[in-house]
Amino acid sequence: MDGRKLVRMANDIAAFFAAEPERKVALDGIASHLRRFWEPRMRREILALLDQGGEGMSEHVRDALRAHRRALEPAAR
Amino acid sequence: MYSNKVQDFGTPARGADATVSLQIDGTPVTVPAGTSLLRAAAEAGVRIPKLCATDSLEAFGSCRLCVVEVEARKGFPASCTTPCESGMKVTTQSKKLGDLRRSVMELYISDHPLDCLTCPANGNCELQDMAGVTGLREVRYGYAGANHLQGTKDTSNPYFTFDPTKCIVCSRCVRACDEVQGTFALTVQGRGFDSKIAAGPTDFLDSECVSCGACVQACPTATLMEKSIVEQGQPDHAVVTTCAYCGVGCSFRAEMKGAEVVRMVPHKDGKANHGHSCVKGRFAWGYATHPDRLKKPMIRSKITDPWREVTWDEAIAHAAGEIRRIQAKYGTASVGGITSSRCTNEETYLVQKLVRAAFGNNNVDTCARVCHSPTGYGLKTTLGESAGTQDFDSVEHADCIVVIGANPTDGHPVFASRMKQRLRAGASLIVIDPRRIDLVESPHVRAAFHLQLKPGANVAVLNALAHVVVTEGLADESYVRERCDLAEYEKWRAFVALPKNSPEALEAATGVPAAAIRGAARLYATAGNGAIYYGLGVTEHSQGSTTVMAIANLAMVTGNIGRPGVGVNPLRGQNNVQGSCDMGSFPHELPGYRHVSDPAVRELFGKAWGVTIQDEPGLRIPNMFDAAIDGSFKALYVQGEDIAQSDPDTKHVQKALESLECLIVQDIFLNETAKYAHVLLPGSSFLEKDGTFTNAERRISRVRRVMPPLAGLADWEVTQALANALGQPMRYAHPAEIMAEIAALTPTFHGVTYDKLDRLGSIQWPCNDTAPAGTPVMHEQQFVRGKGRFVITDYLATDERTSRRFPLILTTGRILSQYNVGAQTRRTANTVWHERDVLEIHPHDAEQRGIRDGDTVALQSRKGETTLRAVVTERMQPGVVYTTFHHPESGVNVVTTENSDWATNCPEYKVTAVQVVAHVARSDWQRSFDQVADQQEALLPKSALLGGAPGEGR
Repeated sequence: MDGRKLVRMANDIAAFFAAEPERKVALDGIASHLRRFWEPRMRREILALLDQGGEGMSEHVRDALRAHRRALEPAAR
Repeated sequence: MYSNKVQDFGTPARGADATVSLQIDGTPVTVPAGTSLLRAAAEAGVRIPKLCATDSLEAFGSCRLCVVEVEARKGFPASCTTPCESGMKVTTQSKKLGDLRRSVMELYISDHPLDCLTCPANGNCELQDMAGVTGLREVRYGYAGANHLQGTKDTSNPYFTFDPTKCIVCSRCVRACDEVQGTFALTVQGRGFDSKIAAGPTDFLDSECVSCGACVQACPTATLMEKSIVEQGQPDHAVVTTCAYCGVGCSFRAEMKGAEVVRMVPHKDGKANHGHSCVKGRFAWGYATHPDRLKKPMIRSKITDPWREVTWDEAIAHAAGEIRRIQAKYGTASVGGITSSRCTNEETYLVQKLVRAAFGNNNVDTCARVCHSPTGYGLKTTLGESAGTQDFDSVEHADCIVVIGANPTDGHPVFASRMKQRLRAGASLIVIDPRRIDLVESPHVRAAFHLQLKPGANVAVLNALAHVVVTEGLADESYVRERCDLAEYEKWRAFVALPKNSPEALEAATGVPAAAIRGAARLYATAGNGAIYYGLGVTEHSQGSTTVMAIANLAMVTGNIGRPGVGVNPLRGQNNVQGSCDMGSFPHELPGYRHVSDPAVRELFGKAWGVTIQDEPGLRIPNMFDAAIDGSFKALYVQGEDIAQSDPDTKHVQKALESLECLIVQDIFLNETAKYAHVLLPGSSFLEKDGTFTNAERRISRVRRVMPPLAGLADWEVTQALANALGQPMRYAHPAEIMAEIAALTPTFHGVTYDKLDRLGSIQWPCNDTAPAGTPVMHEQQFVRGKGRFVITDYLATDERTSRRFPLILTTGRILSQYNVGAQTRRTANTVWHERDVLEIHPHDAEQRGIRDGDTVALQSRKGETTLRAVVTERMQPGVVYTTFHHPESGVNVVTTENSDWATNCPEYKVTAVQVVAHVARSDWQRSFDQVADQQEALLPKSALLGGAPGEGR
């Protein structure tokens, strides 16, 4: 998958939830959205990108991925 | 006109609760107050002669044929214009009445060509019928006097003729254009004997006429007559079915001679259209038998190979073999499917079942991805159901109509006519659109406010409107307290009341004067029933889902959801977008919008299908493209969609399709996507199969087969064969059995059966034990999700910015005569109105660039370049240009970007930064397109098409 595009998509999702006054609600919202709508290979890729330094990711995205990593990791193929 | 086998009650029905009782020819009759004597008689089985009256129009009282006698009253009143009163005693037949009627007929016939035997209306002519029922035996005036028999027939319209020699100037056509369609294109020109019907300065084609067919339908003679009837004669039977064009879902009578359609006439009892139609549904059905229709399955190894005709069995076995080969090599998730919003509910259900059960993954998506997926997300989040809240009839109770990002007179013309009827009756109108669409100012309709925003600023405008509502005390607090989640409301209220959301603060972003936004907010919040209608100008943005939620917020805070006359109404693009979404076409949802992560839902479907449903969401269409280029997605089954033309960033799509090892395309034509296919399965048009469509108001209507599938199989049979070949048994004998399975597994469809659809005509879901006849208005007592949820909708400008290099914003859309990628309408005479896509540009922008009306210009973006012909028009605001994507060679989506809605990946078609320059040569992409088109057509065997090879035999 195109990592640059995935980061951008994640940032767009985070930008929406960032309007939430409570940061935890925002992070939960971001992670829940990724879990509900992103196919496993996309989640696997974005987590790999995080592990490689998360270049271009917004702070909200990084924090949401870190906080909800277990829920976001697809089951082993 | 209607076939004379359909009863015409003379005047419209009245809906009053109060009734009146009277006697007609001695028979007691009780009717709603306001009913005409003509209609009351017709309902009682008494047929009073008539000519100028028809039940789609208000009474006019000009022909004097429907005169009656009323006891204790003088004279002979016209029964069409006389309302029933209690105690009336009416006589419809007497010697005096007979004499009067014959005298009227004598006058008409003295100035009418007596060519009945060769007239196209022969056997279906009201004038002929009236001559019969009035007993006309002679014309005492003779036929030699002054007459109108030298008139010239107007054949300019591609679909109907106007023969003034047969005209009786009853005005039914003029009134149909005014009252039903609302275009006011026709008039009675001249006085007395010189009176004649006129359409514009020269002829119909050169007039304001939109070819909706209402005048043709209203005409009682052969004056206005379909050319198909002139050529083929009167039909011998009719079948009620549903139009396959836009999301209005009009009901039609397919009037037939054997297995050949001779006319499509809007069905009077159709609850979506009430007997009205547009140029597409009424006339543009000839594509079904166009010479380009594919009639043979074909396969090839590489897309540069010639196509090889094979049997259905070979094609299906080959497709199934390729799917299994690819899965064995690249994994279960390396294949997927795309369902079609032009196919039936039953067909889309089968495709998603095929993917989930036979492919064993959730890689299924639908074209709603690129149109109304944000509607599904936004309305589900806020209200609890991924669908519009109202029926179309609801608009009759609206006091203030808000149209956002929609152009109903072009995109949803039949509903637009209903809306205009309500506007002419006094409802106020707010239009929020970058373009001055026709609704802003058209005959007898004028928007109170046109908020001509900058493209991409929808959320800013909606937040500003909501800001005014909450800060000026216009919120319906009691509604909110009773119906909505208060904690979420308070949070949202605090957000939207922030100074940054005021109309003044957002003026620079929206481009709309703050005063106009304040005025519009006050009007919507205080008018009474406020109804919002929106289209793809809302959804096809990077904040598409946010906009849908902002609309829901606005409707909730003003108490405008849950009763007739209000609501949030998405105007769906294609005929079955609602249905394809309902049927589980999204990669994260099973039928009925239930997430695949829900174990109970998976268990339900898994048990019924005998498989294990995967619990992870699948790939969306744009994700499929990325995965294809990445090498992890290798096969795709596309039913009835043309992603190579309709999806954005064409070059990216083409690259993705070229990356596939097996592309299976099922379509009625060799569309753009098929040029990249390895398996080509001929599709069937809506006339060739049974099934159902679900329109924008959740109305499920029957599609009925009127002719056999041209290539031998209906689309659902092809999917079924593919499933069987893959080892997933499907044994449906008829789509009714598929619907039975859908109903058994989907709570909102539990009560739907073909028998009930036949009985009721159509049904709006939810249809179940709670609502056995369906649900016209949703969320009446409470929201589907329980408490309505306000969502914070912060305005974020799109990343697509103008620059010195790309200083203009391109926004795209569609027009009345064409439909979507144009595969159907381009193969009809509708091309007379739109033979190519054009670029609309404001005079200021044109002048700056030295562009004149009609010039060929280059349209350039960061993604690509194409050329179009310029139309210089003040419909556009400076800085914004507009075009359509109906013609593939235009390559409009070569220019659009991969930007998309944050929640759903719905493309941002409505905002692309571009430059326009004077140019004459075709772009590189267009030259490449021409080359591919020529190559692919050369690879098609002649015998695979209905009319021979491209360019031959037509």
